[in-house]
Amino acid sequence: MNARVYETLSIRVGALALSFVLFGGFVALAGADPLDVYYQMYRGSIGTWFSFQNALLRAAPLMLTALCTAIPARLGLTIIGGEGALVLGGLAAAGTGLALTGLPGSVVVVAMATIGFAAGALWVGAAGALRAYRGVNETISSLLLSYIAIALMTYLVEGPMRDPTSLNHPTTRAIPPDAMLGNIPGFDVHWGLAFGIVACVLAHILMMRSVFGFGGAIVGGNLRAALLCGLPVRRMMVIACALAGGAAGLAGMAEVAAIHGRASDSLVAGYGYTGILVSFMAQHEPLAIVPVAVLFGGIGASNGLIQRADHLPDATVNVLQGILFVVILASETLYGRFSLFRPASKKDEPLSSAAPPAPPGPPVPPVENLPEAAA
Amino acid sequence: MVKTRRTPHRERSTSILILALMGMASLFSSSCKKDSQPESSATTASAPGAAAPAPASSTLTVGFVYVGAKDDYGYNQAHAEGAKAVAAMPGVKVREEENVPETVAVQKTMESMINLDGATLLFPTSFGYFDPHILTEAQKFPAVTFLHCGGLYDETKHPKNVGSYFGYIDEAEYVSGIVAGLTTKTNKLGFVAAKPIPQVLRNINAFTLGARSVNPKVTTSVVFTGDWSMPVKEAEAANSLIDQGVDVLTSHVDSPKVVVEQAERRGIFSTGYHASQAALAPKGYLTGAEWNWAKVYTGYIDAIRANKPYPHLLRGGFKEGFVKMSAYGPAVSDEAKKKADEAKAGLTAGTLVIFQGPLKDNAGKEVIAPGVSMVQTDVNLEKMAYLVDGVKGKLP
Repeated sequence: MNARVYETLSIRVGALALSFVLFGGFVALAGADPLDVYYQMYRGSIGTWFSFQNALLRAAPLMLTALCTAIPARLGLTIIGGEGALVLGGLAAAGTGLALTGLPGSVVVVAMATIGFAAGALWVGAAGALRAYRGVNETISSLLLSYIAIALMTYLVEGPMRDPTSLNHPTTRAIPPDAMLGNIPGFDVHWGLAFGIVACVLAHILMMRSVFGFGGAIVGGNLRAALLCGLPVRRMMVIACALAGGAAGLAGMAEVAAIHGRASDSLVAGYGYTGILVSFMAQHEPLAIVPVAVLFGGIGASNGLIQRADHLPDATVNVLQGILFVVILASETLYGRFSLFRPASKKDEPLSSAAPPAPPGPPVPPVENLPEAAA
Repeated sequence: MVKTRRTPHRERSTSILILALMGMASLFSSSCKKDSQPESSATTASAPGAAAPAPASSTLTVGFVYVGAKDDYGYNQAHAEGAKAVAAMPGVKVREEENVPETVAVQKTMESMINLDGATLLFPTSFGYFDPHILTEAQKFPAVTFLHCGGLYDETKHPKNVGSYFGYIDEAEYVSGIVAGLTTKTNKLGFVAAKPIPQVLRNINAFTLGARSVNPKVTTSVVFTGDWSMPVKEAEAANSLIDQGVDVLTSHVDSPKVVVEQAERRGIFSTGYHASQAALAPKGYLTGAEWNWAKVYTGYIDAIRANKPYPHLLRGGFKEGFVKMSAYGPAVSDEAKKKADEAKAGLTAGTLVIFQGPLKDNAGKEVIAPGVSMVQTDVNLEKMAYLVDGVKGKLP
């Protein structure tokens, strides 16, 4: 289309290509054949219909947990407590499903989704409220609240909510079978994927196309200006955090209703933390989260094949994720530096994979708050 | 308004994906369009034959799935050692995948091994893989055999292509307890445990009963960390136990590495679990309770390849060779070796029973009546919810 789109495309393509070249060098150092690793990654992530669905399935929870970081990021808040919201959302959904056993399945599903959303919203909303009304750093408080959420889940699952027959792996009792989310027709992927995509689209509309989102951008851009404009900054922070937590809570609900059928410590699987990475790589743009989550899903899906066929350790894909993260964020400094894109010019591949490393530039996205991602 | 912006965004998003997958765009777009249904079945059906590098009809491809790292000095390493023995069998190809969480990821790993590697026998080794993951996949792939570690099979409820095995490792814990009880100078033993579930309690109790069988003054202090892999909490628990005067430490967590290392660093003794941690503590490692999955796995594969029925529920202790002791470390006295060997012989022969009445819990309540002897197959042992007299600690 226009030069901007080509610029974005080229920089993204170049960053991805460079990442994969660096990764190839890394696996070669580790003693594997890079071409075979690429081939196995292709085969494991999109090479067959099964593989591609595997990637989509793994992407589903990441879309929702990434929103947990992306929505508050628009207001300048760095929320990293998606894991706790997911766990509580799953636990609340399981509790709802058990309490409503006997009602029609669809009613139970809707109630589970609502309560799961609400549980996550309450949790991250609390971090937002602490920030807005008490000035508590939301990054730290959301992370600490996340640990409390996991401890609360463990206590309830091993105590009051425990299924007495679950001896060596404490879980809650199972929700009624007709309250389970099935697969999307024609796919071997559950409805959680649709939740994720719809949530990303809705979040895009809200944050990029609504008055609320515009106000949020002002809050994130200049808090003083937002206050001077008379924006209800505090309330907006709490609302954004609540929506964010709700998205992660919905991911927990989908885990319970589509996969586990009950709540247990299996919910603590790191989706919340990987979601932070996805959100940062998508630049907190809700629509960009969808493909980035699928990319991460694809990496996760090909992980097994790399281990099995190339005998590389599991941590190999963490290295790839790390390279992608650094290179893509560094490539953000390249915007506006290529005269090629200034006039509406022709396309071609202007950025070779051997592009020079990003020169030090001022507008680097704020990453210093990001903790070590447990992926 | 969404509609007007849709095109550029979709293009950008899709392109990122395409690039990520290194230009394999055609496949992506074609599978995304409406022909998904036929393509889906076609690809799935052809995948095993096309993808597996043409296994000879006699080659058996076996998949092993681990919840943690396969060199973790613990639960997963014990299974990986079994897998190594399987890989050494002629005509068997082993595919392994580590760090697979107990989520839909393990379902997809199993399917990937079946679809892309041509595996027909799977050993998903984590306890939490069973319900719902193995049960779901077993229904989806009736021609594949799924053998799970944990002893959860119930023939009235579960598919026929599923089996489950486990070992009476409390026998080895009892013997470890004897060595610990005769080595300690402070008469204080420490146990770092993950969760207060029956299997863990059974190990704590067996360890304590073994120690007190040779040294009635011994007590065992227990710390529960709350989860299977909490290296920081495990180190803190080990330190706090050592500070309280404990001079032999043991553990039941996924990897005893941290606990054994910490014991060595602080100059006290340790006993191991799951696999041998002797290499981590050349001075203070006494012995340890180890799994011997090689025996179980090769036995299963021999039966399956001979087309013989394999046991769906398989359990065993010393007698069956499912569990073993780590070699004695340099600090073990001859007396301790003698007593430990005697107990091992008694457990192997079935003349020694660990849990027999009268037995009191650590609150003074009788848990096994006088005259009652609970042999290993007793189902009451599977529901253990007490700590025996001599254990310092409380159940939540």
